Amino acid sequence: MFDILQYGFIQNAFIAGTCVAIVAAIMGYFLIVRGLTFAGHALPNIGFAGAAGAVLLGIDPVIGLLAFTISAAVAIGILGKAIRERDIAVGIIMTFALGLGILFLSLYSGYAERVYSILFGQIVGISQENVLFTTLFSFLTLSVLLTLFRPLLFSSFDPEVAEARGVPVKLLGIVFLILVAITVSIAVQIVGALLFFTLLIGPAATTLRIVQRPLWAILLAIILGICYTWLGIFFAANGSWPVSFYIATISFGVYLPIRLLSPLWIGRNTRKRLPLRQDTFLPPGQVIEREENISSKATGHIPGSSL
Amino acid sequence: MFHLLQYDFVQNAFLEGALVAIMAAVIGYFVVLRAQAFAGEALADIGFAGAAGAAILGISSLLGMLGLTLLAALGMGALGERVRGRDIEIGMVLSFALGLGVLFLSIYIQSGTNANAGVSVLFGSILTVTRRDVIITLITGSATLLIIAFLFRPLLFASVDPEVAQARGVPVRLLSMVFLLLLAVATAEAVLVIGVLLVFALLIAPAAAAEQLTHRPLTAIILAVILGLAFTWGGLILAFVGTGRHLPASFYISAMAALTYFASVLIARFRTPRRYRPLPHPSRECVPVHAR
Repeated sequence: MFDILQYGFIQNAFIAGTCVAIVAAIMGYFLIVRGLTFAGHALPNIGFAGAAGAVLLGIDPVIGLLAFTISAAVAIGILGKAIRERDIAVGIIMTFALGLGILFLSLYSGYAERVYSILFGQIVGISQENVLFTTLFSFLTLSVLLTLFRPLLFSSFDPEVAEARGVPVKLLGIVFLILVAITVSIAVQIVGALLFFTLLIGPAATTLRIVQRPLWAILLAIILGICYTWLGIFFAANGSWPVSFYIATISFGVYLPIRLLSPLWIGRNTRKRLPLRQDTFLPPGQVIEREENISSKATGHIPGSSL
Repeated sequence: MFHLLQYDFVQNAFLEGALVAIMAAVIGYFVVLRAQAFAGEALADIGFAGAAGAAILGISSLLGMLGLTLLAALGMGALGERVRGRDIEIGMVLSFALGLGVLFLSIYIQSGTNANAGVSVLFGSILTVTRRDVIITLITGSATLLIIAFLFRPLLFASVDPEVAQARGVPVRLLSMVFLLLLAVATAEAVLVIGVLLVFALLIAPAAAAEQLTHRPLTAIILAVILGLAFTWGGLILAFVGTGRHLPASFYISAMAALTYFASVLIARFRTPRRYRPLPHPSRECVPVHAR
């Protein structure tokens, strides 16, 4: 059962998968906190279209991946701040890119197996050079992320205050998205567009329900990401089903109970400080009563109005 | 080119395209208003899993998609209301659905020989639509439109301002559940025409473009339907007439949809005087800027 670890290609898969999982967990945390979950889904798909274009032109897919994802990242970063409009714009950019992708695929008369492998991934077919490249690249990305860590965290949680304090919020947002785009371009060739989204969102979404502190949440997300990847590769090497399925199922299987049970511990901490918006809805008769209560109490001290 | 209309599969494609374009545009208008674009995308990917599962079982892919998307819509509706948190939940359901889809696809490929089965689901296969699919679409589509017409005013109210609507006694939560179910039906049928990856071209793009051009709900819906029909039929005609190489209809439809949306954003930007441009506001209100 453990003797599969002797094989070179399994070792390669473990090393490359671990590197991707670490970088993806950190980026996923920031993506979720910044409300960019959808962009995390769209960028790998846009990269798929870029790879199709590169294959049609007969150049290395990485070039197509980088060109498409970076231009999409800049476009998403420049577009509106309101989540509502941004989602629509992200979706339509993605549709446009994928439309081009199917055009490239239909123009390409050869065997497009390599392009589809970008969509579904083939983590068990990585070469030694790929592993080296991915490891080096992950260290680079990690060091850039660590340099930007504090301003990025600040601008993610409170963009207005960060802007007032002189943090270049918009520029940071674009730089971060470009970083995500470059990571997508590298990682997608190894784990595939579909699996990369799982590694991006799954660990961070789970840890955000467990711990509040950013640093701990990120560390826990990294640990979870590595566990999912190792378990997934292990199961896939022993079974006959694809890695993406195992990792997605483990990730969802961990997330679901935590999401359902989290009101038990999240509610206790946050409700003391501020009431949730939904809790303020009352039948019409009671609203007036409650308003009188608030106004009579509020004459003494209104929090936040000390300006 | 008119002699092509004699063929059954061409008739089916035009009929199915028209039905789906109308339904998707109407539903899409509310999706844009309610900021549920990501939910639409997730439902499409769940449809991918449904279609792949249906391929294994040997049943019609439309039925498989309808079954799984309706189930997922129930789940998403039960999971909550808040916009910020819901994004993550949709993402998690989406990633799980993609994993399932990959599993079903790999089982299907292992059992059969057709390695391109997934591709037709991902990029649409309007030319393989059967007459039975058209009839199912006609029935579900008219039922969906009837329900929308019946719920039009409360749904519009709840979409534009959920808090005030709830205060006025509109069952906001129930409406949002019903709407998600309708969205599931519309998405599953749009996937049949244009594919999982390009569903936005019919679901979001016409409505988003129309919403940029007019703020009146009924005008916007009618404009969205016209745009959706133009994209679908235009794409089909271009695909049939296209010289030399036969490029897929999905490409034409999505390219026209995206370019129309970008154009409408530019038009809206040039038409609105700068000082009246709505500012994004946390509670989604539009605050006119007078002093700038």
